[in-house]
Amino acid sequence: MAPGAGRGTGQFYPADSPLHALDPRAKILAVAALVVGLFLVDSVAGFLAVGAALLCLVQVSRVPPSTFLRLLRPVAVIVAFTALFQVAFVREGEVVFGLWVFQAHSEGLRLAAHLALRILLLVAAAALLTATTPPLSLSDGIEDLLSPLKRFRFPAHEIAMMMTIALRFIPTLHEEARKIIMAQAARGADFTEGGLIQRVRALVPVLVPLTVGAFRRADELAEAMESRGYRGGEGRTRYRELSFRGRDATALCIAVLIPVGGILL
Amino acid sequence: MGPNGGGKSTLVRLLNGLLVPDSGEVAVAGHDPVTEPFEVRKRTGVLFQNPENGLVAPFVEDDVAFGLENLGVPREEMRRRVAEAIRSVGLSGYERREPHTLSGGEKQRVALAGLLAVEPEVLLLDEPTSMLDAPGRREVLRRIGGLRRSKTVLHVTHHLEELLEADRVLVINGGRLVAEVEPGRLMADAALLEENRLVPPTVPRLAADLGLGSCRTPEDLAGAVLRRVWEGSGAEIR
Repeated sequence: MAPGAGRGTGQFYPADSPLHALDPRAKILAVAALVVGLFLVDSVAGFLAVGAALLCLVQVSRVPPSTFLRLLRPVAVIVAFTALFQVAFVREGEVVFGLWVFQAHSEGLRLAAHLALRILLLVAAAALLTATTPPLSLSDGIEDLLSPLKRFRFPAHEIAMMMTIALRFIPTLHEEARKIIMAQAARGADFTEGGLIQRVRALVPVLVPLTVGAFRRADELAEAMESRGYRGGEGRTRYRELSFRGRDATALCIAVLIPVGGILL
Repeated sequence: MGPNGGGKSTLVRLLNGLLVPDSGEVAVAGHDPVTEPFEVRKRTGVLFQNPENGLVAPFVEDDVAFGLENLGVPREEMRRRVAEAIRSVGLSGYERREPHTLSGGEKQRVALAGLLAVEPEVLLLDEPTSMLDAPGRREVLRRIGGLRRSKTVLHVTHHLEELLEADRVLVINGGRLVAEVEPGRLMADAALLEENRLVPPTVPRLAADLGLGSCRTPEDLAGAVLRRVWEGSGAEIR
């Protein structure tokens, strides 16, 4: 299992920074603005400018750069693959260099650079959000932002509640999986040897009881929630308070300006 | 009180509207849990067997607030009642803890705090100590015992010693109420205990077997034994 997976806090990095103090709704909207903006940026210089701005924000967030880079690592492979595909298959522009049957065209190299930078920056912006926002605030923020859609029967409250419950039970299920694995290992199951297929197969006897257990938990949780008067989002108040202040508005403006700067370059 | 499968948990779920009766009627504080579940649930709190699956939120204070959120209590009042409820179960300082880092007994006390914050009239306890270790059980029982003066407590249990302090004991078997007695009378009624597969706790049983009458606590028993010894040995001691 990944280290820290049992902590249930995911990618959140607790620290005392201006970014941590922002309203989660401001941060979600800022990321949304950045994402839209990044699709309009059309020059390597523009991407680099946005990247530089994001680097400044990482500095402000007090998340150590090494920790931040670790958050980006999972997408590195995807970025590399997409870039390689662009180089290998786009046959526009002049040939820059050739290697055996491959030929790299100038257009392919341009697209590859754009795509790689775009994906990397998108993920970096999202990682900055999850690193500086506790998951519970994140789900509160999402509920608030989606609540205008309730009029169209969009289940904003239910989605937030599902996120909350998932956050609550991830560590519990993780612990249960560990117990089942130990119990199976004690009876001779082998999870560490053999090829990929064999290892995946060895996990089936773990996943079956884990799934059955999760359904049992879900039943009991539903009973407990009902017995505590849960009726969905109607007529409900919230314990946690979100307050959108001046600095949140300022932060949002800055976030919108970053890609605008990138587009102009 | 009653054997497994006798209908104890079913009764608790009927009282809360979690189950709907096939026939007959249920009334809790003047409301029918089937037609007005919310009214009944405002006034009752249920403590289930497994606290692990009853906690909803990733932090203690958020979970304690869950019931209040459902009732639409204003935020300021909610803060006050959450803090008060957490203090009343002796968990001050645990507000930001995550449930999976707590012991079984602590989880059950968090669940209890969640009920108390709502200030219900009736507490329905469905074997709340059966999955706890001995210290956890003692602590939960102590907190429950402190509530009996101010609230109606319906405590379902397999442990006879947990009901020695009760005002009334209802014995349920085969889906029927078979007896309504005082705890002392139940302990003394060997036939009733036998019929319902109930095992009296060690101390009273030992006292009865020794012919020492009824004793509740180990101290009572020790006193009775001492008196017997003194009587037997006449004037030689003292």
